[in-house]
Amino acid sequence: MRKLDYSGAIREAMSQEMERDERVFVYGIGVPTFSKIFGTTQGLQEKFGPERCFDTPISEDAMTGFGLGAAIRGLRPIQVHIRVDFMLLATNQLVNMVSNYVYSTGGKLSVPLVVRAVIGRGWGQGAQHSKCLFSNFTHIPGLKVIAPTTPADAKGMLTAAIRDDNPVICFEHRWLYWAEEEVPEEPYEVPLGVGRILRPGKDVTVVGLSWMNVEARLAADILARRGISIEIVDPRTLAPLDENLIVESVGRTGRCVIADCDWVHSGFSAELSALVNEKCFGKLKAPVRRIGFAHTPCPTVRELENEFYPNAKTIVRSVEEMLSLEPANLDDEDFFSHERRFRGPF
Amino acid sequence: MSLVSEGISKAVSTGLYKSLFLARQAEEHIVKHYPENLMRTPMHMSMGQEFVSVAVCSALEGKADVFASYRSHAAFLAQTHDTDRFFAELYGRVSGPGEGKGGSMHLAAPDRGHFLSSGVVATQIPVAVGAAFANLRLKTGRTAVAFFGDGAMDAGVFWESMNSASLFRLPVMFVCEDNGFAVDTPRAARQAFNSLAEAVRPFGCDVYEDSSGDVESVYQLARHAAETASRERRPAFLNIKCCRYLEHVGTGEDWHWGYRNREITVRDWIARDAVLAQRKRLLDCGVAEREVAAMEEEVITTIQRSIERAIAASVPSPERLFVGVFHAKA
Repeated sequence: MRKLDYSGAIREAMSQEMERDERVFVYGIGVPTFSKIFGTTQGLQEKFGPERCFDTPISEDAMTGFGLGAAIRGLRPIQVHIRVDFMLLATNQLVNMVSNYVYSTGGKLSVPLVVRAVIGRGWGQGAQHSKCLFSNFTHIPGLKVIAPTTPADAKGMLTAAIRDDNPVICFEHRWLYWAEEEVPEEPYEVPLGVGRILRPGKDVTVVGLSWMNVEARLAADILARRGISIEIVDPRTLAPLDENLIVESVGRTGRCVIADCDWVHSGFSAELSALVNEKCFGKLKAPVRRIGFAHTPCPTVRELENEFYPNAKTIVRSVEEMLSLEPANLDDEDFFSHERRFRGPF
Repeated sequence: MSLVSEGISKAVSTGLYKSLFLARQAEEHIVKHYPENLMRTPMHMSMGQEFVSVAVCSALEGKADVFASYRSHAAFLAQTHDTDRFFAELYGRVSGPGEGKGGSMHLAAPDRGHFLSSGVVATQIPVAVGAAFANLRLKTGRTAVAFFGDGAMDAGVFWESMNSASLFRLPVMFVCEDNGFAVDTPRAARQAFNSLAEAVRPFGCDVYEDSSGDVESVYQLARHAAETASRERRPAFLNIKCCRYLEHVGTGEDWHWGYRNREITVRDWIARDAVLAQRKRLLDCGVAEREVAAMEEEVITTIQRSIERAIAASVPSPERLFVGVFHAKA
């Protein structure tokens, strides 16, 4: 099978859906211009014309309302935010309008709107270009929230999101755009609301969100050398959540580390932790642990950035503590950075 | 006010009056029944302002896609003429278009072109712009209309929407029901610009102003605005001066608050009430009093029956709470 990177997988999902259904269109600040949103919109305007792939004023609020209006009048919009931090400007529309429109029409109307938001760490992105904010949106009934990790999931889940008759927010971590793996060429759906075991194991369940699955994989490799077997569970869809997959995994391992690429306090990891505590109480051999950002704004300077962000080392240390093991020497490990990119495959 | 407006047939004049009378009487019945505490939804009454949405919806002859504010009773009725579903929603019954989950602030009947009413100022405006985009792309022949108050023009999203619609050349109608107050704060305390129309003019949309308080005047203006918007593919902004007779929210008067002068308001607006004026116009141009009275009786009977039906209808069963969060394919 041919290989495709995550960025190409996102682009292919949009392109194939735009080909299949002429009601689908993609828009947002900078969508057809030079940077092409990390390459994800490359070639779409040339292929589908400026009516179906277009730039907008820097008006996130109005442009999200615009998407709602287009969706309820018969089109299928995909709005793109090159940083999730900018999507906050559209919170009013997402939380006050988009999320409750279906409900206040008694469930009769559909809102086939997809909002893509780029999240995560870059290169000195600082406090306003680096957020994640999963829980800001999983908190809201009426929104579906997805965060695919692998290129194959990215294509299949975005395809499913575009075909879904409800609003879907798709979080894409920018360090994942370089990941490459085998991705089927034909259009396909990965159903929303279904999680995935990325790596089977028996000692500790690591529930990874988005980029943290890459870190979890490296951590699992390191720990495997000490005979510790890690199971990595990727929920993929955060809302609605595949609770059973997580509960079943922790039920087997009896230990759970939640690795989020977001703030821990009131973050999505708190929701996952509550779930595991409620549903796996008698089976837990240790308290649930949560990993995420330091509770500070994101600093720009690399030395502090490294302290702010969790990585594979954070996961290894957490598992070691959970199992009462001496910390291993990790000096020779090669951790991911903006310069040392993860390129896949998973 | 002219006896018979040029270019308006007696049938249209009569239709306008019927719509006005329907909206007014529906709200008079809300005033009467609200204390019974069966309609448990905050009422933002249209009373006094009905002529704006009645004129615009009538001018578009059913081809409007309406995006309204929380003050949407008149727009809903002008667009749908559906008192059954109107009262069912206010009474919180399953027969309401939103099964009572919407209530007064979220009245919507998309099947009849009333797409939404929104309780957060100005939020409906960009949605109308998106609808105009879809209407153009899908060649539906329909016109998206955003109704909002002058308070919405304090909000950034109004200007974002105006800019975007003008930039994208979308034939959307921005209809400002300009009653001069945001709750009880006058425009002068909120806006640095003197004229709404002059503030909007540079955007390259067509700007219309009307302070006649007359339904036929606004009807003519709206027809012209809609035709021009569609032909020239650009938005229309209509600044229609009007007066809210009752308090911001609730069914009572609010003169005791003292933010507006009763005598001046009566002189400038209530004494030349658009509903009564249109009735007088019909009589003056030869419609018989008994004909008008019969029509009025029919409207009142319809309203009363709708209220009876609403009261008799079922409230949603508890499990309906979880139904409709997401759309399920039929």
